[in-house]
Amino acid sequence: MPYGFTTIYWRDMIRFVRFKTLLVSSLLQPALWLAFFGIAMSSNFDRLMAGMPVPTGVHAVGYLTFMGAGIIAMTTLFTSLFGGIVILFDKNWGLMREILASPMNRNHIIFGIGLSGVTKSFIQAIIIMVFGILIGAAFFAGYTAIQIATGVLGILAFVGMFALGFLFLSAAIAISMESPEGLQGVITLLTMPIFFASNALYPIDAFPEILKIISVYNPMTLLITGIRYFAIGPDFVALGKHYMFTTADILVSFAGLTVFTGITFLLAWWRFKKAVVT
Amino acid sequence: METEDPADGSDGTIICVENLEHAYGNFRAVDGISFAVRRGEIFSFLGPNGAGKSTAINVLITLLALQKGRATIAGYDVTKEPQKVRESIGIVFQDITLDRDMTVWELLEFHGRLYTMPTGERRRRIDELLKLVQLEPKRNELTKRLSGGMKRRLEIARGLMTRPKVLFLDEPTIGLDPQTRMRMWEYIKGVNREGTTIFLTTHYMDEADQLSDRISIIDHGKIIITGTSGELKNTLGQDLIYLETDNDEAALALLKDLPPVRDIKAKTQGFTLMVNEDGTKVLPGIIDTLRNAGIEISTINLKKPSMDDVFVFYTGKEIRDEGQAPARPRFMRAGGR
Repeated sequence: MPYGFTTIYWRDMIRFVRFKTLLVSSLLQPALWLAFFGIAMSSNFDRLMAGMPVPTGVHAVGYLTFMGAGIIAMTTLFTSLFGGIVILFDKNWGLMREILASPMNRNHIIFGIGLSGVTKSFIQAIIIMVFGILIGAAFFAGYTAIQIATGVLGILAFVGMFALGFLFLSAAIAISMESPEGLQGVITLLTMPIFFASNALYPIDAFPEILKIISVYNPMTLLITGIRYFAIGPDFVALGKHYMFTTADILVSFAGLTVFTGITFLLAWWRFKKAVVT
Repeated sequence: METEDPADGSDGTIICVENLEHAYGNFRAVDGISFAVRRGEIFSFLGPNGAGKSTAINVLITLLALQKGRATIAGYDVTKEPQKVRESIGIVFQDITLDRDMTVWELLEFHGRLYTMPTGERRRRIDELLKLVQLEPKRNELTKRLSGGMKRRLEIARGLMTRPKVLFLDEPTIGLDPQTRMRMWEYIKGVNREGTTIFLTTHYMDEADQLSDRISIIDHGKIIITGTSGELKNTLGQDLIYLETDNDEAALALLKDLPPVRDIKAKTQGFTLMVNEDGTKVLPGIIDTLRNAGIEISTINLKKPSMDDVFVFYTGKEIRDEGQAPARPRFMRAGGR
């Protein structure tokens, strides 16, 4: 039964489009972040940075462009971490019994939820990119059509892998927990360090040593590195820091995300195998 | 799913359970039960809430791991071939388990896809079943807009979606009004007539009595007795005579050795005689015996044993909290969102 996950996916997407408020707010929220936080911060930072010298031959990008990548990552993180909550609801309302008592392999639940979460993240990432460009973020500046297409695909590959990793983690937590409140607590606890100990809003170079080490290995940092590489380029200056990425850097980042996703899948697989729902 | 099963019912049994035990920590919810369900029958577990019925069912449908004993369904061992067991059964759970935000059609479609039914067959089956449970006009209605009886019917349709050999019904009519319950019984009988074996649990006497071919009375995780409704009632004798006197103790001593009296149960007030002969013929002799001993009779009642009498006799109690307790999780789930 190789396509069982498409059934789970189908049902989750029905719900996604059926809850209109949830749908609209999940699409609007990242745009609002970019609009309010982005514009407010960038007008300040850009003024502060105005006098800073830029090395010749390197193109400097404004703060909005810089943190736009961070907003894509943040939205993916939130959406993915909450993506597993449907499993907890299904469990508490008895709906999970139908699925667990069916002949379908339990891994398909994990994959189905993963796939629908990735779909949602893709939609959100594209909305942020389009909206970002509309309000002045210099994504894909000076790119040809082919470069833009490659850039978008590259970003989606990074977003997809990262989203899967956190969806698996979220599924593993959700199937192990009893109450939505508990789940919410755990997720909130997780998002804080993951988001702020990353290069989403500022460079990590000035961090204290320990925080820096955490940040370097943070999947969030790996994702944002990938997004910036594909959306801005391998060589740019932002917030007074010169960013340079080689192809190898990007491959290592992606490999890091893959390892992370592999680990969280194993965690989810183990939790689902153990799960008893009656 | 449509292939013939090698081991299915060579001896006419479709569920075979031997010494099944299941404990939660130190509490033995199911304490060594053995029974066999014949192909094509309606078989009931009758017992109070907490007797172990749902635990037993959850082990049989492979939601709980089998701890001790052996169980086969349609010839497949629940431990060794859980996949095959799952393909052979349909389930209607105790609480309503319908996604409130899916339509009737989507719900059945989802179920068919879970069991990898081919598209054409799935669609045909949905049409058939919606007719069977008379939900055709509700095809595109969200399940949260259905009445309690409709929800239950939809769940039965879902349980039948994959043409299971055995349909498990865990308390199928709990919380339904009397008329809806009767109609549910008709649906269940109809499904059974078409060849599906039904295994149901209930704590309603009338449901077990009127719906089942055979009944196991279960309490404290043990099967106390199994038989047809008639057989169970016959174990209590032909008639029951209830008496109240001014000296029950003396009356009991006098009557317990009379030949037609099979057994006597003292109650808080009065006592019940189980008699092996026609009660109307035995009663005058009993009245005379008591009169001659100077005992005044204040109340006499004569009746055939009912399922309630059988139940009280074998479990020593009236059914606990008739239908009250299980309502809680149901409302919680139904009203959850």
